[in-house]
Amino acid sequence: MDKIAVMGDLESVQGFAALGLDIYPYDGAEEAAAVFRRLAGGEYGIIFLTEEAYALLERDIRRLEETLTPAVIPIPGVRGNTGIGRRLLSEAVERAVGSDILFS
Amino acid sequence: MAVMNVNPTRMVLSQLKKQLNTARRGHKLLKDKRDELMRQFLDTVRENERLRRQVEESIADAHRHFVLASAVMSREAMQGALLAPKQEVTLQTSSRNVMSVDIPVFTTETRTSKPSDIYSYGLAFTSFELDDAVLRLAETLPDLLRLAEVEKAAQLMAAEIEKTRRRVNALEHVMIPRLEETIRYITMKLEESDRSSRTRLMKVKDMMLEKARESRGNP
Repeated sequence: MDKIAVMGDLESVQGFAALGLDIYPYDGAEEAAAVFRRLAGGEYGIIFLTEEAYALLERDIRRLEETLTPAVIPIPGVRGNTGIGRRLLSEAVERAVGSDILFS
Repeated sequence: MAVMNVNPTRMVLSQLKKQLNTARRGHKLLKDKRDELMRQFLDTVRENERLRRQVEESIADAHRHFVLASAVMSREAMQGALLAPKQEVTLQTSSRNVMSVDIPVFTTETRTSKPSDIYSYGLAFTSFELDDAVLRLAETLPDLLRLAEVEKAAQLMAAEIEKTRRRVNALEHVMIPRLEETIRYITMKLEESDRSSRTRLMKVKDMMLEKARESRGNP
């Protein structure tokens, strides 16, 4: 039985707590890395990250790219949308097709 | 393309011919796999894009409501209201096989079935903006899960397509031409040695005839 984690700054993730997801707020880059490693090795099937957290942890996340779980998915935080999700998508397309044919 | 370093014998020739056959068959299969994967991948990516746009919009909307709520409520009150949830979501992970790529399938279960259990607070001391915000997020949750599924699938498929494409190219541009070249080289070499042994035999025969005639001439 897996669970879903939401990680990010408190303002961005507190709403998800009410829905019954597990939230992991963090302070600063070092703590973020430690928290993320704990989540990635644990019982979580999906980890939602705010885009800021995603940018911070990108290197750790890349290592999980070819494993089935956890799925690490960026979502926008309170400070708005930075377009990371879109960038990831066009990277995937570029990797598969050889050039970005969808959103160039 | 370089010829492989082999002995030009019939044995090696038949081995190479077998290898070439296998390589051709593998190439065709892998090419089919790549094409089908690509088709499914593009579908997945399109859905991914649509979902992402939708999810980002509704989360941004929910955040706007949270900001409004936090304007009329104190930080402590808001955290008190949100951080002790009544509801709990658990996740079932299984996998589905698409062209030899395992992609995840997520299904969720909530601990209680009442939809109003997303409100983890009494309604008396909180702003109605907070209710709106939480409701927005709750409505997004199914889309969010689907997005997780699709996005992971897209990543996994992209990796597999890349691998398959490399294999197809290696077979098409390296293995198969090299085998063909080597087979041609061995065939030519064998024909050449065939010809040379034939001329040698003819020569020997001529010489023996000559000798026989001489010995008959002066016994």
